[in-house]
Amino acid sequence: MTSVTQSTREVTPAPTPERPAKTSRDRVGDRVFSGLATGSGITILVILALVAGFLLMQAFPALVTSPAELTAKGYGDFWSWILPFAWGTVWSSFWALLMAVPVSIGIALFITHYAPRRLAGTLGYVIDLLAAVPSVVFGLWGSLVLAPAVQPLYLWLSAYLGWIPFFSGQASGTGRTLLTASIVLAVMILPIVTSLSREVFLQTPVLHQEAALALGATRWEMITMAVLPFGRAGVVSSVMLGLGRALGETMAVAMVLSGAPVITLEIITSQNPNTIAAVIAQNFPEAYGLKTNQLIAGGLTLFVITLVVNSIARLIVSRYKEFSGAN
Amino acid sequence: MTALSTSTTVNPLTAGQLPRYATWVALAGSLLAGGVLDASLLGGFDPGTTLFVGALIYLLVIYLLSRAVEGTRRAADRLATNLVTGAFLLALLPLVSLLWETLSTGLPRFDLQFFSYSMRNVIGAGGGAVHALYGTLIVTGIATVISVPIGLMTAIYLVEYGRGALARGITFFVDVMTGIPSIVAGLFAYALMAIVFGPGTINGFSGSLALSVLMIPIVVRATEELLRIVPNELREASYALGVPKWRTIVSVVLPTSLSGIVSGVILAIARIIGETAPLMIAAGFTNSINTNPFANPMMTLPVFVYDQYAHPGVQREFYTERAWTGALTLIVLVMVLNLIGRFIAARFSPKTGR
Repeated sequence: MTSVTQSTREVTPAPTPERPAKTSRDRVGDRVFSGLATGSGITILVILALVAGFLLMQAFPALVTSPAELTAKGYGDFWSWILPFAWGTVWSSFWALLMAVPVSIGIALFITHYAPRRLAGTLGYVIDLLAAVPSVVFGLWGSLVLAPAVQPLYLWLSAYLGWIPFFSGQASGTGRTLLTASIVLAVMILPIVTSLSREVFLQTPVLHQEAALALGATRWEMITMAVLPFGRAGVVSSVMLGLGRALGETMAVAMVLSGAPVITLEIITSQNPNTIAAVIAQNFPEAYGLKTNQLIAGGLTLFVITLVVNSIARLIVSRYKEFSGAN
Repeated sequence: MTALSTSTTVNPLTAGQLPRYATWVALAGSLLAGGVLDASLLGGFDPGTTLFVGALIYLLVIYLLSRAVEGTRRAADRLATNLVTGAFLLALLPLVSLLWETLSTGLPRFDLQFFSYSMRNVIGAGGGAVHALYGTLIVTGIATVISVPIGLMTAIYLVEYGRGALARGITFFVDVMTGIPSIVAGLFAYALMAIVFGPGTINGFSGSLALSVLMIPIVVRATEELLRIVPNELREASYALGVPKWRTIVSVVLPTSLSGIVSGVILAIARIIGETAPLMIAAGFTNSINTNPFANPMMTLPVFVYDQYAHPGVQREFYTERAWTGALTLIVLVMVLNLIGRFIAARFSPKTGR
């Protein structure tokens, strides 16, 4: 605070003595500075255009080469090549969301409405710690610790719940399956969904909550009546953001899965559909020629998918903002 | 809050009330039942399974008990409380397991050799990650140097100058940029280098470019928020004294939010220092020290961890051990950066509350 007053004091005497000369020089400074600021903003647009443009340029050969030639060289037609991986991406993210969303909402409610006030901040920080762990560490943990730990569970699932299509087939002997990858993804998106939901739940008008309690509602009834309806849009958008993260997550999946280009509903066998991001990471370092182009085209596809998902999320957020602003 | 909660649970108007000890008795009984069930039916005693089965039994038992004594509404409330608390405990499991595993497996090699040797000509035991540490410092450093000015100036534009369609467009596209999958950023840097310098150009600078794409939106978001909370009175006071706009920004707005901006930048570094996928593609792999970011591949710490895990030699255990030590180093780096960032934010921030 003191530095502010000092610096204003330093500049105050400056403009007064020679007014015309100063003003014109200051105007130049203003123009330069606002030019720099606007330029940086435009740089961001240019960078994004470059990302899209360069990816397109590098992906182009894989997209326009005739399917016959691609097949002859052993790469396969682009769309039939990408389809299983797109399926794997969606399928693994689906299971990750299925596990992460209820738990995240539970944690958010626990921190905002159940935990003792004094502890709430610390507990929130503990969950945020999960977000600070680099993805490569999650991958290491997923394949070396989690996979062997959950493998017996897969045996049990396939033995007793094998009649459900997801759990049918021979259970994997290593535990490195699509479900394991999804569990790791779920842990990774947990802090994102939790922190956003937490913020929304905290914004619930206290009057609504107290009114519900005053009418004799139990705490859970108060939450279902006041907190959840208020936070619905926020929760949905946080889930979408989590989905965007899960779709694009690379290392955790690449290290856990040894995927194959298959389309299957089964999630605990050793035949798992790979994800787009993981297939790029696993193959790019050794790729050359058209293969590189094909992988970059895959990246472009992933970019478009996450772009759509994130845009929907932002749209919901902005609508929600307008709504809460009116209140 | 405590007064509220006790009043909702302790004041039974119509129904009965479960005694305090009922929950503990039910919990102990359920865990015991879980253990017995586990040992007899599910093939052998196992602490994890016992806890899980016991917790499920507890949920059911306390629900039924409460339903019988306190009525359905109170029972639903108890069930929800238990489920919500359970969700939190469930989330702690992976965190504790991950930290424990990293510490216990990574510590044995967390020694001087790890921080003074590269992997050059190392097969089997020994070796270290000094080449990866250099790489991480250089690549992250260059990325920071690129991202901070662009990010900061964009935030200034959005807060101080931005009006109309351009500002809205930039805000939207910063959001889009936040959502770019990290591997796509790596592919972009690779494609850029391939087009400008010829196919297969892989070096540290390319990695920095990839990281910048990820870091710029984080810096913009963090600084934009901070610039917005600078009180307008300060700006107006400065204008009233005849100070031009750019000097107002440089000597009033920025110093006010400086601590927040510094901590935001540090947190942004913490976010990108662990990125693996883009560096794998753009900066590549090497076993030797390379301090020139403009030529030849450059190893970085996350890629080192992946490399030790994914391409082990004959004696796998040494490679796995090094991977865990690398992971430990990364976590320590990220935690330290986070702590510094939070400390600066908490300690040096101007008091805005009135």
